Amino acid sequence: MFRLSLWKTLSILGIVFLGFLFALPNVLPDSVLKQMPSFLPNKRVVLGLDLQGGSHLLWEVDKQALIRTLTQQLRGDVRQNLWNENKIRHTISVRKDGALVVTITDPDKVEKAAEILKKLSQPVQVGLFGTGGTAKEIEIAREGNRFILRYSQAGLDARIRRAVEQAIEVIRRRLDELGMTEATIQQQGPERIIVQAPGMKDPATLKKAVGQTARLTFQLLCEAQPTGQPGERVPAGCAEMPDAKNPAMKYWVQTSRRATVEGADLVDAQPAFDSRTGEPIVTFRFNQKGALRFGKLTQKNVGKPFAIVLDGKVVSAPVIQTPILGGSGQISGRFTVEETKLLAIILRSGALPAKLTIVEERTVGPSLGSDSIRAGVMASVIGLVAVLAFMIFTYGFFGIIADIALIANLGMLVGLLTAFQATLTLPGIAGIVLTLGMAVDSNVLVFERIREELRAGRSVLNALETGFSRAFGTILDANITTLIAAVVLYGLGSGPVRGFAVTLGIGIITTVFTAYTLTRLIVAFWVTTARPKTIPI
Amino acid sequence: MLKPIKLVPDNTNIRFMPWSRVAIIASTIAILVSIAGAVMLGLNFGIDFKGGTLIEIRTEGPANITELRKKIGKLGLGSFELQEFGDPRDILIRFETQPGGEKAQQNAINRVKAALGDKVDYRRVEVVGPKVSGELTKDGIIAVVVALLGVMIYIWFRFEWQFALGAVASLTHDVLLTIGLFAFTRMEFNLSIIAAILTIVGYSLNDTVVVYDRIRENMRRYKKKPLPELIDLSLNQMLSRTILTSLSTLAALLSLYFFGGEVIRGFTFTMIWGVLVGTYSSIFIAAPILIWLGAKLIPTDEEGKAAEVEAARP
Repeated sequence: MFRLSLWKTLSILGIVFLGFLFALPNVLPDSVLKQMPSFLPNKRVVLGLDLQGGSHLLWEVDKQALIRTLTQQLRGDVRQNLWNENKIRHTISVRKDGALVVTITDPDKVEKAAEILKKLSQPVQVGLFGTGGTAKEIEIAREGNRFILRYSQAGLDARIRRAVEQAIEVIRRRLDELGMTEATIQQQGPERIIVQAPGMKDPATLKKAVGQTARLTFQLLCEAQPTGQPGERVPAGCAEMPDAKNPAMKYWVQTSRRATVEGADLVDAQPAFDSRTGEPIVTFRFNQKGALRFGKLTQKNVGKPFAIVLDGKVVSAPVIQTPILGGSGQISGRFTVEETKLLAIILRSGALPAKLTIVEERTVGPSLGSDSIRAGVMASVIGLVAVLAFMIFTYGFFGIIADIALIANLGMLVGLLTAFQATLTLPGIAGIVLTLGMAVDSNVLVFERIREELRAGRSVLNALETGFSRAFGTILDANITTLIAAVVLYGLGSGPVRGFAVTLGIGIITTVFTAYTLTRLIVAFWVTTARPKTIPI
Repeated sequence: MLKPIKLVPDNTNIRFMPWSRVAIIASTIAILVSIAGAVMLGLNFGIDFKGGTLIEIRTEGPANITELRKKIGKLGLGSFELQEFGDPRDILIRFETQPGGEKAQQNAINRVKAALGDKVDYRRVEVVGPKVSGELTKDGIIAVVVALLGVMIYIWFRFEWQFALGAVASLTHDVLLTIGLFAFTRMEFNLSIIAAILTIVGYSLNDTVVVYDRIRENMRRYKKKPLPELIDLSLNQMLSRTILTSLSTLAALLSLYFFGGEVIRGFTFTMIWGVLVGTYSSIFIAAPILIWLGAKLIPTDEEGKAAEVEAARP
């Protein structure tokens, strides 16, 4: 057992060496790291947001708002299909639970209407990768001449899935344009998105850039406008919308499709200044379809006021002076320069398919981050020295062997963390220090066993051999149980806690490896070279 | 050559098992007190589980808590807490979830910032919505239960069912006493404490498994020894290791506690407690339970008939 073949010895030492090689860039200064030949590993461990400072934002698709939007769209589709294309008279109302009730008032066209409505429902895939087959997106129930249309659960899920996918794309475009290229955007669960941006002092811009839906519409104002007197009622076909800068001020805006141009047809938006007043504005350009509609609308309504509406708020309400036929225009709304820059980016990147809300926020300022790094390094160094000293104190010469194994263990642990580019958090550092404390357990088990075997009267070689072989089963059992806890922790955890689970788990693997290979190798080397008569243990 | 020092002398023979009855009664009382404390006093849940907002600030000089309290009290944020955080300049501000959705939370943060002025360094802002905090609570409970079950299955697989039950009993003991500690000290119970509890489960189990391993080995070797004596023998044989490992782990943890910063102090404190309780429980809970459950070895093929004869004896 103490005759290790050369290749085994070399591979053990090789693995330890590789660990240190990958760990090395973490302690080298930048200047040295830059000059290193490129075949050497040059990556450092990734610091978590709690160490480098930054923002972690968890967003959730606002389902209720999405359902409302979908219902509005469905309503428009029904009207388009039944009346505009087939001249079937009908009424539509929205039930409280979000279902559409379509009543056909042409008695002889009910069957035709049933057929048309049926076609509105697209099949959607159910389950991951379509494993559950397909289901109808919209469920239609019929009661005589009344049809009740509602989104099925599968249909809704599919819509949410698509909304999240699209939202991630839009957010990525926005953050790229803002120069926040280090930010990561990830889906979490079916309806959530994590945005993490390192090094942010104040996440306000980030929140605005991600969270603004940016649905832009151009809508004609109603003839009547609110006067502020109590008991006023919003006229039919109009909606009340607040002013963007002054929420107390209200406008009545026409809601019909004829009076609306969607901002979805924008192809470009840029921050600029008004040539006459010098006021910061955003200029935009429509695509052909949008330009055509915008041209028609402005041509028909010269002299009337229209509202530029952003996410349900009126940015400004200018009067149409001349028809705008070229497909470009400008938005003014008492903006600051910063606001126009951000707005232009957001408009260019497109609107979010659904409203997103923040359900969790964790922001760490740079001062706390650097304090945490300093404290973590300090605790690691002192912890390491304490454990090293303790081992020499209790085991003397064998304590030094254990210490060499411990340092190799630490090198490999940091090396693996760096090679996998795992994220190191403050609890992760705690995991490393804890691993240092617990790692000596495997050596203690072996050494105690050797002591026992010596007491039982075994010879030097025999005691060493049985000590190692008998202790190993125990070491394995003890470590696998801790590994179970670490795996569960990883599954549960988010962010910092997960970082702890990672270092704990990797620490267990390197611990078992060093105990089984490196400590034995060192002892074997000592036995074959010094040929000891007694064991100083 | 460096002389090793034996913290536990050779041939130590402490009789643990006669004390086990006292220990188990004491532990049972401690568990009941812990449960009563947790039920009656409740835990001081952090925003991870309760929802709400946490702001850590650093003021220029030592913070004037009374003045800060006055300033924030004027904002009408409902119930809020101020707490010094490791340094007289560092203050934690915590307030409950504001009614009115996400906007209301962001508004509240902005109002606190406006009230405190810009001479204050905002070191940390955390907002946890009610939905997320509910999920974190559920996930936390599930994690602890899954870890206990996973461990039980592993030990059942590697040992016998008595061992599995004994291990889980001692782990449950550790978890409940830790929860009791939090009920009585009013320390903040947050997500990192769940991480600490799971690590305690791992550590305490590590200790228990090492002791069980030796008990099993001795069961094979001394087939006729009565179980209490056999357990005492095993515990004494492993005593040196138990103490050394606990001490070195404590050394690492104490270093973290004193130098690792305020953010993880609650976590390390819990771990230190866990190492002490876990070491105690593997000796005084996990081991004697084997006697009560009448642990015996089911012979494996290599052990032949001798063990079977032994096992058949009344």
